[in-house]
Amino acid sequence: MFSAWELILQQLVNGLILGSFYALVALGYSMVYGIIKLLNFAHGDIYMTGAFICLSVYGAVSGVLPGWTGIAVSVLAAMAVSGLLGFLAQKFAYRPLLSAPRLSLLITAIGVSLVISNTVMVITKSQPLFFTSGLDNSLGIKFGSITVTYIQIIMLAVSAILMISLTLFINRTMMGKAMRAIALDQDTCALVGINVNKIIGLTFVLGSALAAIAGGMACVYYGNVQYNMGYMIGIKAFTAAVIGGIGSVPGAMLGGILLGLLEALGTQFLGSSWKDVFAFGLLILILILRPNGLLGRSEIERM
Amino acid sequence: MGFENKRTKFAVLAALFVLAAVLPLFLDNYTLNVLWNAMFYMLLALGLNIIVGYTGLCDLGYAAKFAIGAYTTGILIKTFGWNFWLTLPVSALVSALAACVIGAPTLKLRSDYLAIVTLGFAEIVRISARNLDITGSASGINAIERPYFFGIHLTKISHWYYVFFALVIVFIIISKRIRYSRFGRALAFIREDEDAAQAMGVNTTLFKLYAYIAGAVLGGITGSFYAVKMTSISPGSFDFTQSANILLAVILGGMGKIPGVIVGAAFFAIFPELFRDVPFVGNMRMLFFGLLLIVVMINRPQGLWPEKPVKR
Repeated sequence: MFSAWELILQQLVNGLILGSFYALVALGYSMVYGIIKLLNFAHGDIYMTGAFICLSVYGAVSGVLPGWTGIAVSVLAAMAVSGLLGFLAQKFAYRPLLSAPRLSLLITAIGVSLVISNTVMVITKSQPLFFTSGLDNSLGIKFGSITVTYIQIIMLAVSAILMISLTLFINRTMMGKAMRAIALDQDTCALVGINVNKIIGLTFVLGSALAAIAGGMACVYYGNVQYNMGYMIGIKAFTAAVIGGIGSVPGAMLGGILLGLLEALGTQFLGSSWKDVFAFGLLILILILRPNGLLGRSEIERM
Repeated sequence: MGFENKRTKFAVLAALFVLAAVLPLFLDNYTLNVLWNAMFYMLLALGLNIIVGYTGLCDLGYAAKFAIGAYTTGILIKTFGWNFWLTLPVSALVSALAACVIGAPTLKLRSDYLAIVTLGFAEIVRISARNLDITGSASGINAIERPYFFGIHLTKISHWYYVFFALVIVFIIISKRIRYSRFGRALAFIREDEDAAQAMGVNTTLFKLYAYIAGAVLGGITGSFYAVKMTSISPGSFDFTQSANILLAVILGGMGKIPGVIVGAAFFAIFPELFRDVPFVGNMRMLFFGLLLIVVMINRPQGLWPEKPVKR
């Protein structure tokens, strides 16, 4: 009943959704990397925390505020908790190590990741939690025989709005300018009176809040949350950030969407068990052919 | 903790050696298995130490190297009926080839990109192992026959304790020989200042590739022994957690310094065991471990027992 083209189109829609999750998580990765050169391994777990908080809060408020209002409240709560978590991780785990070897920083990030995911594991007793939004997933706009549901449209719209606002924030505000300046040269920034620690903290809060939104949306979209769900999306989002050029904000968005689409096509043609091989193969290929990613600046590495 | 006096150092090492050699006479099988596990981590950590500790490359996919060795041996024994000892050179060769294929194009990249490429490659290896028929897909390879060593069928845990004990000593000797060779000095130079090393005429990409291959071969050999000790291997044993564990052992102990790496690996294998049976806390042991990692890194960013820094 579906022709091959319609299947591919349907997969592209799925890929676009997946890609916007990747992009939102990748943004946090990329901003943090751009500003303090840290591979924030805990970022995927921040996303998972966002999903977890969203699910818990929705469970509590859905009686009073069902549907989208309740989800919006839950996502806001998730953003607040994840943002705080990102800030605390930055303040207590990463900041003392900013001048230490980069490997130590990476290990600390793995430590933070272990702490977050295992805390949630203990709370949930390793069981997956299920989410029922009460939204009707069959409503949507039909294009021929493929359907784009309203849930999908709203998620794409939210992602697009977030990415546009973030771009404006970074390019048009003083805070954004300070972030870009710190990415170039921290010491000089401190000399001209920029509060470097504050801006780094802000970057973590922003990135974590974006990841929390992605987590909340994923929780609505997929309907389940598990303590170890952050690992794979963390790696995928990092892949997306690298494909786009790590440190570059538009690169992270492009990389995320691209990875989502390619993965959907990979699922279509190679089967779902090989889709990750496809994604990582692509990562290695892009790094060999274009080591700085699609939109990254080429730079001379200083250790 | 410097052993200023060579004699003291020798006496301490000899005492440790004798202690380790007679331990199986007094311990039960469970404890021996924990110790075996510790030695197994020591082997992996010593192998990874050449890549991470000596050369300063960040490898987040060491489990793949050890998986390649384990699967090579597993397939050769199960499918082709080879003798275990003959599979060792093949395993080393396959590991070296895999390291070449993945290392040659990527080792000239930025160091964090290398981290992610190794991670991606490890995922590719693991997923392929899970999906291919020859690797036994998700259930892996089971009932691998245990080898004979001069007529002794290596079946008891105490046998494997001694086999791995011997391997640890061999790996330490190899590590030492590498560290104090021209090759090892070139690696240390690359780690300390890659640009300066290049300026002095060290072919950095080539040496990094050699280090990468050396680490992969040691990992592959460890994997081969792991396969016959466990008699079954499955993709689940080679996931990212495993790679992270090995890397953490190297970095926690102190990068580059052999005693540090050994202590790190032992700590890593034994620490979670101590909490396994404590009710309630048992579930939280990885949580504590994560906290501990953060605390150790903040207070001793070079690891618990690092190599002495080069004087400038």
